[in-house]
Amino acid sequence: MGWRLIRIYTILVYMFMFLPIAVVVLLSFNANQFGSFPMTGLSTHWFEVLWENDAIMRAFRTSIVLGLMTAVISTVLGVLASLALVRYKVPGRNLITTMLIAPILVPEVVLAVALLLFLNFLDIGKSFTLLLLGHVIFTLPFVILVVQARLVSIKRDVEEAALSLGASPRQTFFAITLPLLMPAVAAGGLFAFTISFDDITGTLFWKPGGIETVPTQIFSMLRNSISPEINALGTVMIVLTVGLPLIGAAIARTLATRSGG
Amino acid sequence: MSAVSLSNIVKRFGDYTAVHQMSLDIEEGSFVTLLGPSGCGKTTTLRMIAGLLDPSEGEIAIKGKRVNDVPIHKRNLGLVFQNYALFPHKTVADNVAFGLNYRNVGKEEARRKVAEALELVQLPDLGARYPKELSGGQQQRIALARAIVIEPDVLLLDEPLSALDANLREDMRVELKRIQQSIGVTTVFVTHDQTEALAMSDQIIVMSEGRVEQIGAPEEVYNTPATEFVAQFLGASNLLSAKCTAVEGGEIELDLPSFPRIVIPGERAPGVAGTGPVRLVIRAEKLHLHPAGSTAEGMLNVDAIVENVDYQGQSARYFLRVGDHQMQAINMIEDHPFAAGAKVALRFRAKDCAALPVETNP
Repeated sequence: MGWRLIRIYTILVYMFMFLPIAVVVLLSFNANQFGSFPMTGLSTHWFEVLWENDAIMRAFRTSIVLGLMTAVISTVLGVLASLALVRYKVPGRNLITTMLIAPILVPEVVLAVALLLFLNFLDIGKSFTLLLLGHVIFTLPFVILVVQARLVSIKRDVEEAALSLGASPRQTFFAITLPLLMPAVAAGGLFAFTISFDDITGTLFWKPGGIETVPTQIFSMLRNSISPEINALGTVMIVLTVGLPLIGAAIARTLATRSGG
Repeated sequence: MSAVSLSNIVKRFGDYTAVHQMSLDIEEGSFVTLLGPSGCGKTTTLRMIAGLLDPSEGEIAIKGKRVNDVPIHKRNLGLVFQNYALFPHKTVADNVAFGLNYRNVGKEEARRKVAEALELVQLPDLGARYPKELSGGQQQRIALARAIVIEPDVLLLDEPLSALDANLREDMRVELKRIQQSIGVTTVFVTHDQTEALAMSDQIIVMSEGRVEQIGAPEEVYNTPATEFVAQFLGASNLLSAKCTAVEGGEIELDLPSFPRIVIPGERAPGVAGTGPVRLVIRAEKLHLHPAGSTAEGMLNVDAIVENVDYQGQSARYFLRVGDHQMQAINMIEDHPFAAGAKVALRFRAKDCAALPVETNP
């Protein structure tokens, strides 16, 4: 009896969480000209409209470029920072770690305003670079957390063995440490990309005029009217932000099994 | 010219001194063991030879060349770890070939050398496997193959057998010694296991608290311990307070309560200079238990009481009381072990005893 109640309750919670998403996906295939029920037939019409909407496609390209650049920069910085913090005796290691992780803990709005004020103070205007910088700041902690955890599990012995066999420290990093770190690097990069791709709060504050990412574009479109193409866009976003990490996790798992965890 | 020579090596970690003023010459082609309990500085010493740690003071030379400022990857050493440290993302063949990539070795030659090394460790068919598909013993053989394929000047082994289970450990011990002899590489072996040290080494360096206690061949270290620490660390020994009453004609006369007068050969007490208090060392397996009342010619006879018996199958360890002395004896069991509480006759030969000067520092 108790178990049955819990089961029903669980199902209800899941419905509450996922029904809206399901509705968006469902409605994106609606032939109706309004973005709401009733369904009048299945059609990919709204995806075509979306494809032809220059503003959205431009925002889409911006988001992809921004996401990729964020992912690359965050991953490189994250790997370097983790290496320094795990492998070397850095004075104030705990403090640095906390500082690097802090952007997760600080409310995003605060972080957004702070960075903006700081740059105003330095008399630097808003730009794409600033937007990129902001995204790097709050995706970096995720990369560091994932990469550090993995790095701790890579035994120092293995690197020492490579050194003893004649590989220089740099050669050891590229031949041994990095390949063993790869699942975490891939996962960290994917995290960074999806978080950047998804972000709206910071982006609203930091983006220069004339540049829109997908989330800010949707946001501004919603202010005018609820167009069914937003449903289609939502579906595309869901596929990207849910699908990519899943693919990433699958890749990471295959890599991990191959390299013995 | 010695293969490895340490002169006045000191290693400090902050205020803690891990190795005190250590000097050591390791002969070309020999198998030398650093033996001691954990924290005695043996691994620290090995890591300094490897170049993984820098000595705070002193000089390290390999083949007559000072290497203090030579980084590990330019020292041409073979290093084998307790936990194998194979590269998990590379096949066995690629693991073994790894060191050859950084040397001027052609592809064909590298393949030949890898095959030879795998042959030497008796695992010629595993080249295509990944390390996690191998057993612990196999992994350690591969680690050994990887270390010797580069023809190192010195092979450094850091407790390579400790992670293996008991049976395998003995096999690997024999195997390791065979491989070392067949290629004749100078080897420095670190262990806390006296059996390994005694069985494999040409020379044993017994260490304690960052200091060398004794350097010598296995028999020498075992039979004539230079310090109380060595006497107690190697095998089970009885250490009794005695008085040296005479030193004459290359013989030393010892006196202690409840025992007859013991006269031991001078070479069993190299540290004893004159009369006065000394420590008598007698190994537990040199004390033979016999039924009470029996005596034997040419042996020293003492009455003892068995206080406790530690039954070990083929042998037994007896905890004995002789007068006021607590002693241990390890004997093979003929029929039945002596029972606790039994009165026994204890026999031993004077020449199996050794004497040490009494150490002033604790």
